Amino acid sequence: MTITEAHAPNPAAGDADRPIGYGRIQRKEDPRFVRGKGHYVDDIVLPGMLHGAILRSPVAHARLVSIDTTRALAHPGVVAVITGQDLLGLKLAWAPTLSADVQAVLVTDKVRFQGQEVAFVIAEDRYAARDALELIDVDYDVLPPVIDARHALDPGAPVIRDDIEGRTDNHIFDWEAGNAAETDAVFASAEVIVKQEIVYPRSHPAPMETCGAVADFEPIEGALTLYETSQAPHAHRTLFAIVSGIPEHKIRIVSPDIGGGFGNKVGIYPGYILAVVGSIVTGRPVKWVEDRSENLMSTSFARDYIMQGEIAATKDGKILALRTNVLADHGAFNATAQPSKYPAGFFHIFTGSYDLQAAHCKVTGVYTNKAPGGVAYACSFRVTEAVLLVERMVDMLARKLEMDPAELRLKNLIKPEQFPYKNKTGWEYDSGNYERALRLSMEIAGYDDLRREQKEKRARGELMGIGVSFFTETVGAGPRKHMDIVGLGMADGAELRIHPTGKAVVRISVQSQGQGHETTFAQIVAEEIGIPPEDIDVVHGDTDQTPFGLGTYGSRSTPVSGAAVALVARKVREKAKFIAAAMLETRPEDLEWEKGRWFVKGDPSVGKTMAEIAMGAHGTVALPEGIDGNLDAEVTYDPPNLTFPFGAYICVVDVDPGTGHVKVRRFIAVDDCGTRINPMIIEGQVHGGLTDGVGMALMQFIGFDEAGNNLGGSFMDYLIPTSMEVPNWETGFTVTPSPHHPIGAKGVGESATVGSPPAILNAVVDAISPLGVTHMDMPCTPARVWAAMQGRATPPI
Amino acid sequence: MQIPAQFDYVRASTIEDALALLDRHGPESRVVAGGHSLLPMMKLRLARPEWLIDINDLYELDFILPEATQLRIGALTRHSTLLESADVARLFPIVIDAERVIADPIVRNRGTVGGSLCQADPAEDLATVCDVLRAQAVVRGPGGERILTMDEFHKGPYETAVAQNELLVEIRFPIRPRAGSAYEKVERRVGDWAVVAAGAAVNLAEDGSVDDVAIGLTAVGLDGTIAEAEAVLRGRRPSEELFEEAGRLAALASMPVADQRGPVDYKRHLADELTRRVLRRACARALETQTTTTQEG
Ligand SMILES: Cc1cc2nc3c(=O)[nH]c(=O)nc-3n(C[C@H](O)[C@H](O)[C@H](O)COP(=O)(O)OP(=O)(O)OC[C@H]3O[C@@H](n4cnc5c(N)ncnc54)[C@H](O)[C@@H]3O)c2cc1C
Repeated sequence: MTITEAHAPNPAAGDADRPIGYGRIQRKEDPRFVRGKGHYVDDIVLPGMLHGAILRSPVAHARLVSIDTTRALAHPGVVAVITGQDLLGLKLAWAPTLSADVQAVLVTDKVRFQGQEVAFVIAEDRYAARDALELIDVDYDVLPPVIDARHALDPGAPVIRDDIEGRTDNHIFDWEAGNAAETDAVFASAEVIVKQEIVYPRSHPAPMETCGAVADFEPIEGALTLYETSQAPHAHRTLFAIVSGIPEHKIRIVSPDIGGGFGNKVGIYPGYILAVVGSIVTGRPVKWVEDRSENLMSTSFARDYIMQGEIAATKDGKILALRTNVLADHGAFNATAQPSKYPAGFFHIFTGSYDLQAAHCKVTGVYTNKAPGGVAYACSFRVTEAVLLVERMVDMLARKLEMDPAELRLKNLIKPEQFPYKNKTGWEYDSGNYERALRLSMEIAGYDDLRREQKEKRARGELMGIGVSFFTETVGAGPRKHMDIVGLGMADGAELRIHPTGKAVVRISVQSQGQGHETTFAQIVAEEIGIPPEDIDVVHGDTDQTPFGLGTYGSRSTPVSGAAVALVARKVREKAKFIAAAMLETRPEDLEWEKGRWFVKGDPSVGKTMAEIAMGAHGTVALPEGIDGNLDAEVTYDPPNLTFPFGAYICVVDVDPGTGHVKVRRFIAVDDCGTRINPMIIEGQVHGGLTDGVGMALMQFIGFDEAGNNLGGSFMDYLIPTSMEVPNWETGFTVTPSPHHPIGAKGVGESATVGSPPAILNAVVDAISPLGVTHMDMPCTPARVWAAMQGRATPPI
Repeated sequence: MQIPAQFDYVRASTIEDALALLDRHGPESRVVAGGHSLLPMMKLRLARPEWLIDINDLYELDFILPEATQLRIGALTRHSTLLESADVARLFPIVIDAERVIADPIVRNRGTVGGSLCQADPAEDLATVCDVLRAQAVVRGPGGERILTMDEFHKGPYETAVAQNELLVEIRFPIRPRAGSAYEKVERRVGDWAVVAAGAAVNLAEDGSVDDVAIGLTAVGLDGTIAEAEAVLRGRRPSEELFEEAGRLAALASMPVADQRGPVDYKRHLADELTRRVLRRACARALETQTTTTQEG
């Protein structure tokens, strides 16, 4: 009998139809979602629960003269009305933001943006709470607002933050990266320079589920249970402990199913704090769930960068340097969520995917009378803004040099042999094969044929555009020596337990908002130890049930938590070896691993499966010294570097010459996120991100009028794309694993949102370029495209 | 969740019942049909009726009835029913053009012809369609039935001749020979209200000249059709030059205001561009029906 005959195919290895490990499997969480059995914050009903509603300011900038709550308190069903004055007494009127600023929980002195929180009504039901809002009498003394960031630093501009001692202007920070002198020197002798102001207008993540919380304070134990829409439950718990004074071990944060986050649910909003205060004050659980307009008008917005870009190159198309000055509108409070040392997020990856000689960026943050926030909407900490800048500048350079934009990119992309690549602003890109990705997307697109078709159409007066963008993301924040949020290192934990019957539970510190964590993380464990994914429960979103970690945003779940899960599974696998050796009465070093079991080297028929080992661990087998009787492990993962996924996108649009209406006809997306755990989930993430990109490029925009009225406060005005606006996505991929990540995986959650807007915008500008247009800013609404076609392109802000 | 102010609710079983309920509950009562305009306004607390009288059980108002000289459409006919009607498609392709771009399937499944017209939103599409088809509105009240022209029906933005205690029961489109009609809308996104839209209906004389024409624009502040532009075409053979002139005059007549959908100059330009497009298409369709009629004859 030969060894191969004795050893039947390994059932724990799975196959393409039923992968045990990586592969295309349906999402484990979907049965409950497609049956309408998801469980969201608003589904939570506790005995005796009250309902809160927030009175919001109708004006953008005003001194608060008086609030009279008498009539509201008299309204049937109203239990309490809380004002800023009440909070002052509790020392809770102001809360720290994630950017070392403070934000008013309820207005005490001055309203600073339209939609700001003014009072909180608590009532027996949500109808009474809403009705009572209309019975609160507020007297505002309206002040001139600062709406245009370009004028925020004008001498004599109204000082928004007079709550901060000694403040005489609206300046928040100046931040720079790269080498200014070196860059200026390259520019001074460059043959070709192209300059352009590029505006990334304010948008909003607008998750389908708005933000909300149910606070349940138990006075005898002094314990708080807070159900809330949070992408980062552990970080929230620590912050709540600091803000409220409730000891951290008495706080439990539960994030149940989350209906989309996109960065909107990273921060701690006044509503959450008010629900907690409400529960403490009334002694009953309090639910607060905002409506759509409240979400759009008061919670974390995205972008709002005015970027002056300059690119330098040789006449034959070698890109030499890039520089930019950015004006960043942070709204009324600096509440952006990003690693502390990076007030402009990771914007300094604006050198993109090109091998440059020099680069420099300077970012100035200012206050305006608009809603606070800034890092949101799948932006990977402002990589979206960076990619738009570089990809527009490269496209404009191509036009100036009369070169094909794909050709110019191919000529300047970082070469595979240059990795790990140190860029000019301090990043070390882990791995990449950029040319391969761009060539693949050109092949799928039929790039040369498209250019031929475009030529024919142009001859007939039709406006067809082809847009290319190439992006490099920087995700998986981050190494604790560089990155923290309010002092918390950006690590994530994982715990894995194998039950006696071989079923498993893995507990993670990141929080799914639709990304499919319950499936992906089960697959990572499955790949490492050979237990089928359906036998592995993934627990997340409850601080009492999971290890500490910083949560899900910036595409960090797979790069950080995914690594933690792979490592904890390997730890369990190692431990299993010792237990298997004891069971087989052999030495651990004589065992060999194949997926799902340890067997005796040279005698594969003798071995133990993970299930057998688990039973052994919990059973009566005599365990070796130092091995305790379980099959559990835990780790905390501190990433050595970020991961750098990348992609090559090509977009084809048709513009109606008579109306300026843009139709996205085709979109080709080639993504490289390293090792692919579940290709179906990756494609889903890419499809969603591309749709976001269409939204941003064509329609999504939070505008303000001169008085500071938010003009995007409902879905009538803030438009989200539908299936009708998007083409049939054509996706492709390459695989360049990350060398420093335990399984070679990079993030992918935000790649498409980051990479697609410039491809679409480049396509629109390309389409209308026969009319002499060289640039326009998003959103490319019919009216704005038409204005550009008339030579009257204007920035949106 | 957006939460309306308090209201009471009652379901009417017949037209008479609905009229009686309106009478009984007085000025603070409103009928609700599809609810796609009224309910959002209530949730935003822009509308606060004390009583909602639900007319969705009034099946006698849900019909599409072709007669020799007119097509009759009940006020409770859903957008989706119109969109699927072969009679409507054959006689009045403009209605199909318009219905395709009104809202989205979810709204069209519930929203009604009567609700659309009674809401009288300045960007509402069926008003222009009814204007150019020279429709009649049948209104019933305690005193019986009144038949109104569209000019009489429309009283301005959000206002119609339908009194608080009356119901719109029916719309009638006259059927005319050698007719063609078309509608085109520019929107920022599918399901959005019009930036600008245009509708045209033409009847050709036997010699191929324009016997009658009506041109209407949506969302540019106009009541009724645009006589100046129509005059250019009447009695003459349709041509690109005439469409251009009509477009120019339609743009001149338009009175758009700047908003999130676009500035005034763009809307004027669209008035011109879309007028030309719908005239071109309406005339082509009229010619088609003319050839079919001739062949059949
Ligand atoms: C997202 C969205 C997008 C939309 N987009 C468009 C668009 O692009 N173009 C467009 O034209 N419309 C659009 N609409 C409006 C849509 O067509 C509405 O359904 C329609 O305007 C109202 O019809 P309804 O039956 O829902 O009326 P309801 O909301 O029930 O009623 C509207 C008003 O009419 C009154 N009313 C209703 N029926 C009668 C009757 N028989 N007699 C007297 N009064 C009556 C009601 O009292 C109320 O005041 C949109 C709506 C939504 C929600």
